[in-house]
Amino acid sequence: MEKTVNQRAWLLVLPVLVLVAFSSIIPMMTVVNYSFQDSFGENIFFWVGLEWYQELLRSERLWDALGRQLLFSFIILMIEIPLGILVALSMPKKGISASICLVLMSLPLLIPYNVVGTIWQVFGRADIGLLGRILSDLGISYNYSQNAFDAWVTVIIMDVWHWTSLVALLAYAGLRSIPKPYYQAAMIDQASRWSVFRYIELPKMRGVLMIAILLRFMDSFMIYTEPFVLTGGGPGNATTFLSIDLVKMALGQFDLGPAAAFSLMYFLVILLISYVFYTVMITIDKDEAKQ
Amino acid sequence: MASIALENLAHSYLPNPGGDNDFALKQVNHVWEDGRAYALLGPSGCGKTTLLNIISGLLTPTSGRILFGDKDVTASSTAERNIAQVFQFPVVYDTMTVGQNLAFPLRNRGMEADYVTERVQRIAQMIGLEADLQKKARGLTSDLKQKISLGRGMVRDDVNAILFDEPLTVIDPHLKWELRTQLKSLHQEFGHTMIYVTHDQTEALTFAEKVVVMHEGRVVQIGTPKELFETPAHVFVGYFIGSPGMNFIPVSVTGNKAHINGNTIHLHHDYGNPQGNILLGIRPEFVRLSKSDGLPVQINRIQDVGRHKFINATLFDTEINISADEGFEIESDMVKITFDPANMGIFCNDWRLNGKAIDHGNGGTV
Repeated sequence: MEKTVNQRAWLLVLPVLVLVAFSSIIPMMTVVNYSFQDSFGENIFFWVGLEWYQELLRSERLWDALGRQLLFSFIILMIEIPLGILVALSMPKKGISASICLVLMSLPLLIPYNVVGTIWQVFGRADIGLLGRILSDLGISYNYSQNAFDAWVTVIIMDVWHWTSLVALLAYAGLRSIPKPYYQAAMIDQASRWSVFRYIELPKMRGVLMIAILLRFMDSFMIYTEPFVLTGGGPGNATTFLSIDLVKMALGQFDLGPAAAFSLMYFLVILLISYVFYTVMITIDKDEAKQ
Repeated sequence: MASIALENLAHSYLPNPGGDNDFALKQVNHVWEDGRAYALLGPSGCGKTTLLNIISGLLTPTSGRILFGDKDVTASSTAERNIAQVFQFPVVYDTMTVGQNLAFPLRNRGMEADYVTERVQRIAQMIGLEADLQKKARGLTSDLKQKISLGRGMVRDDVNAILFDEPLTVIDPHLKWELRTQLKSLHQEFGHTMIYVTHDQTEALTFAEKVVVMHEGRVVQIGTPKELFETPAHVFVGYFIGSPGMNFIPVSVTGNKAHINGNTIHLHHDYGNPQGNILLGIRPEFVRLSKSDGLPVQINRIQDVGRHKFINATLFDTEINISADEGFEIESDMVKITFDPANMGIFCNDWRLNGKAIDHGNGGTV
């Protein structure tokens, strides 16, 4: 078949090109530009090559923040994924109660990060917060603004409260797609509840769980608002995760060069981990299909 | 193993069933004899699967009892009943190997490892999967998966019956025949009671010794393939079995004579004086075209399907099908038909009438 050349097609993609250029490419290239230069204000820049990158890689501050960040993501994945599956398994399967459940489950997802932070910040205050007050009246010492452990617990609870329902909804969708004969066959084979979960439900949920893990990892790796609202990264540097550190560097200290180098490395790390994760996922899938 | 008896069994999916129409399965009384191969035949939605699921214990019937031998199992769980069931869509445990799949029911029952290994080997041999025992089950084709489901059922040596719920629906046509033959030989060799649900008459008639035909939640006839073909008990059986189905011609009957438009057809039996909607049923195979004898018809079309010729004709406003052998020469002046008197049936309000046998010295011709 003969193809007609029609240059007007460019007009159709032009809006997207412009949009992407202004929203992503140009800002990103500006950051790249900053990361190789030093500035002492007045819009005068000096070329410094890879100096910022080298300095950051040597600085403990970045490695500490990265360590905290990885630990945080690990903990919330370890809590949210099993908890989400558990919630999905115990949700009603059909009828009006299922719909009510779904609506209630989606509510936390609609609440802005900032509000979630504020809710828990107030809730946990020892002087006026319901939770904080009850805990202190019970004689349990709990103070997120002074105790690093309490601050971590609070941020983790916030995140779990905010996002477990996402995992639960995804897992629920996976569970609902399992045809009934699987359960009937399991009954006939006298499979235990655990076997049903292990050999039917878990394998069938694998796809959605992979997506849930990927989403929750990327999102938790970029956490900013909740610890910022709660303690601004404190007490000390206890909840200073990568984003918080980055913002401190870029806006607090106005170190544009190092901050730019920081954000690029940050971006690359997320990209890298997600890529590795995705590749592993796809490879397992292909291998199993081949066998 | 034991016989399976259904006593006044009925089922409704509604919480408070009222009339007959609320029941997906209307009252059934039937005994599945031990070691026989049955087919449960009927169109989609006629209650076949409901009946099957009640037997296997996946559903609890609204009323009635199920007995295995002398034991009432109506309230027993699926596992207690020791029933195996193969579903329409192959169910395998994806993450396990073929061998682990076969061993699963035995492991769940806490059998010893040696016994499990031996059983799995034997079953794999029976269903021809010995070479694939180490393979992951999820990559297999659907016919192999269906074999695994079958094997999982047969691996228990105390299994009471094996139920099949349209097991060949997703299998490629050229493998259907093979699997069905294999099933039949497994049945002959091991003598499990088998109940095979299908809406495909060929499947039912080739697989089963006895076919149970269901229609709108009711069992309308239980018989051998030959009985279903020659003496259908219900108009539905006549339509459903055979291709094309039985011809039904509205007539009025007195004694051993059927009347249609002033013509008289002599019957083999005396039916008295039945009232209601009376139909004369005759299979296309037993209708003959002729030049001079019989009732006048108008030929509509002739289809040659290779081994047969199908002729569609109109007899006094009723459309009828005629099947003729391939060698039969159809000529343009063949505009009359005769019926084979031994194979006519009279149906009153959908059910077959059993006439009294009479001496018919010269009867039997039209």
